[in-house]
Amino acid sequence: MGEEEIAVLSPFLETVTIVCIVGISISIFILIYRVLKGPTNPDRAVALDAIGVNLMALAGLLAILLVTTKFNDVILLIGILLFIGTIAIAKFLEKGVIIDRDRD
Amino acid sequence: MRTNDLILRTTTALIAFILLGFSIYLFLAGHQSPGGGFIGGLMTSAAIVLMYMAYGLEPIAKIIPVNFKLMIPAGLLIAALTGVGSFVFGESFLSQTYGHFHLPLFGDIELATAMLFDLGVYLTVIGVTLTIMLTIAGDE
Repeated sequence: MGEEEIAVLSPFLETVTIVCIVGISISIFILIYRVLKGPTNPDRAVALDAIGVNLMALAGLLAILLVTTKFNDVILLIGILLFIGTIAIAKFLEKGVIIDRDRD
Repeated sequence: MRTNDLILRTTTALIAFILLGFSIYLFLAGHQSPGGGFIGGLMTSAAIVLMYMAYGLEPIAKIIPVNFKLMIPAGLLIAALTGVGSFVFGESFLSQTYGHFHLPLFGDIELATAMLFDLGVYLTVIGVTLTIMLTIAGDE
């Protein structure tokens, strides 16, 4: 049993993936600048949302680089948690409460 | 002041089903791929928290009439009973086994008793997470 074929990545694909990882890292650093410097809180919320999307892309590229499919659940998980977190931040910025008590 | 969150509510109604399905997938896939009771319970509670955020405290409490505080002892009881259950077969505490069964729709699948322990973890995680969330949110 335990004989697993070690998949190798073609050199071209590896180069392209590393270039993409570097590009996304630069994008995350620029977004971190927006998070730290952003004049208002909604600016920071949008920048954090975009950082999360970039993190999803980074996980996907890492899955290509490591030749594994185990990261696919992680990508979906980041997307779902990002959505819920962004909605929570948006509700807090708009109303001040996240789960409101009585709605008619 | 009533605000109009039609987009949020419609999106929640569509996405909550996907979230619950994904959490059940994570719970069942935990044996041979990433996932398991803990992360499955977290995803289920995330879906329920999303519904709470979109619709408010009272309507969801009416839709899901479950006392989440009671889920903690229920989950712990299931997890403990799977450990005690191995005494019946003369094995040591928390020993596990598996077998192949032929189900009508799925064909031949392997069922392990570790999944019953995972079910206890799943219920406990849902109970703890939602108890924390709703206790904080219910404070005025």
